[in-house]
Order: sequence, then C-alpha cells, then structure tokens
Amino acid sequence: MTESAVPKHDEPIASGGFWYWYGRGLREVFSLPALMLMTAFVGFAGFAREAGLPAGQVVLMTLMIWALPAKFVLAAAIQSGASLAAAFIAVTLSSARLMPMVVSIVPEMRTKGTRTWVLVFLSHFVAITAWVIAMDRFREVPREWRTTFFAGLGCTLTLGNTALVGVVYGLAPSLPAELLGALFFLTPVYFLCSLWGSAREPSGQLAMVFGLLLGPVFYLLVPGVSLLATGAVAGVAAYGAGRFARWWANRT
Amino acid sequence: MTYQSIDALWWQIAFILIAGWIATDLWRVMGVLLGNRIRETSEVLVFVRAVATALVAAVIAQLIVFPSGALAEQTSLGLRLAAGGAGFAAFLAFGQRVAVGVFGALGVLGVGMALGL
Repeated sequence: MTESAVPKHDEPIASGGFWYWYGRGLREVFSLPALMLMTAFVGFAGFAREAGLPAGQVVLMTLMIWALPAKFVLAAAIQSGASLAAAFIAVTLSSARLMPMVVSIVPEMRTKGTRTWVLVFLSHFVAITAWVIAMDRFREVPREWRTTFFAGLGCTLTLGNTALVGVVYGLAPSLPAELLGALFFLTPVYFLCSLWGSAREPSGQLAMVFGLLLGPVFYLLVPGVSLLATGAVAGVAAYGAGRFARWWANRT
Repeated sequence: MTYQSIDALWWQIAFILIAGWIATDLWRVMGVLLGNRIRETSEVLVFVRAVATALVAAVIAQLIVFPSGALAEQTSLGLRLAAGGAGFAAFLAFGQRVAVGVFGALGVLGVGMALGL
C-alpha cells in the first residue's frame, strides 16, 4: 500500500523494474509444465544413479547440459559403453532441436540494445519446458523486460532442478521401489506427449512413430550405436515419407 | 575411447563436458548467431528435426521397453506398454494436455502394479 502511495519518478510502478520481471519469470517455476519437468528430473536422477554415474557428475550434467533428452542420451550412451565420438554425435543429434527453438525465441526477446553475449548466456536455459512457458507468457511481458523475465525463469528452473537432482540422487536408495518405478516411468511418458506436441510437420510425428518402433529393434541388433542408428534410419525414412506426401499432395 | 576407458575423474568430467555440454550448447550458440537469418521452415531444418525426433523417440522406447532397476523389477513389459499407450491415447483424446497423458499413464501403471500384473 505505502509503496504505491509514494511517487517514484525514475521507475514507474506500472511497468515494474528488474526484480519485478525477474520475479515474474521465477514464479513460473510453480506452473504445471514446470512441475511435470521436476518429476521427470526425479526420474533422471534415479536413472543416472542406476547407470553408475557418481552424484557430482550427475549434478554437473544437469547444470551444463540442462536439456533432459540430451542428458538421457548421454547417460544411456555412457551406460552402454559408447565411445566419446559416438556419444558426442548421439547427443549432438538429439539436441539439434535446440537450434530452431533458440532461433525462434531470440527475435522475441531482442531489442536494439540487447548484447549478443546476454542472448548466448540466456540460450543455455532453452529446453522444451522453458521454451514452451516463455513463448506462452511473453505476450504479457513488455519487450524490454523479456530477457529479464526469461533469466528469472531459466536460472530458477535450472538451479532448482539441479538441486533437486542432487537431493533425489541421495534419497533414491531409501525411496520405496514402487514409487521409484512409477517415477522412472513418468519420464518417457512426459517426453512422449511433449515431443508429439512440439512436432511441427507430419515428418516429425512420423519420425517419432518410426523411432519408437525401430528403437527397441536396433537396441537388440546393434547395442553400441542403437540411438544413432535409429535416428538415422527412422529420421531419413520419416523425412522421405514427408517429402513424398508433400509431392503427392502437390501433384497435378 | 569410452567413459570407462580411463578410470580417472578428469577423463569422466572431460567426457561429460565434450559429449554433453559442447554437444548441446553448440546448437544454442548457433541458434543465437543465426537469429533471424534462417527460416524455421527451411528444408535442412525439417530433415534435422526428423532425425532428432527419431533419436529422442528411440530413447523413449528404450526407457519403456528396456528399463533398468526399479521399473524393470516392479512391472512387466506388457503393463508398461499398456500404460504408455493408454496415457498417450488420453493425451491425444483430451486436447493434447501433457498432464492428462502423464497422470493417465501413471494411473494405469499404478492399478496394474497393485493387481500384480
């Protein structure tokens, strides 16, 4: 009450300051998509522990990679004894989606005065959930405060989940097996739904269906490079089918 | 050279930073630099997205069909496939809400586990 009664000349209350918009971004951490993501991170912590990765390295992975699918790919690659080159290629391929996401969010946040290093720093927090929340909420945020809003959202989401991963890693052995099993199951279902939702064109959804079907087959046939092989074969097939469908529709 | 090749902390951290950090932030930095200059409908991106989506789908399938630890011990393959399928069907049927899919799948899984399937 008293705050709004005191006139401020430099910073109008209506548009808010740095901490106001940082806080608005931070608050999104309590939204449903963020909650879903947290439960998926609980699953990741348990998965990484069972893959034999030490706690410090799991925390490091969360902080430095952030994108959940990439972390699962890396942990699965390490578990299956993949070479550094094979792991690098698998993670690189699984993260290619990050580039179009960043390409599409940058014009929404950029003003004339925005420095490139700020955008490079903020781009680290781009992953499926943060991107979805930001693109949804940006309409309510004045353009000059969007980088601040995204910083509040991205930093809090990343640091919060990193802490969560550390805690869950330590708790995992004392949790009931039924609960852990259910949490491990949550991650693939969460991905299944959000991946389908984020697919832009028919070839994306076809790629998902082909990948789901071929993944287990290649896992049995070529264990070391199953992820790469599935990505290549199912991806090329889906892209080819998508092109054929477009050609077929545009015939005449 | 695998993660297990050299049993030293520096190698394990280097492995994670190269195959994890560089492999992901590479795309993010490129995304910033390309900015507006690349169209989201560009043909190369359509192909890259198809391969990337298939790769993540392979991870999903691996987690459901060949899980490790608690999930493998607590559930059968049939129950996991049924729960995943039911959750995804609910997700599609009710306006593609992720929460519906996740809670639907967990509900089926929970009932199945209680029944000892």
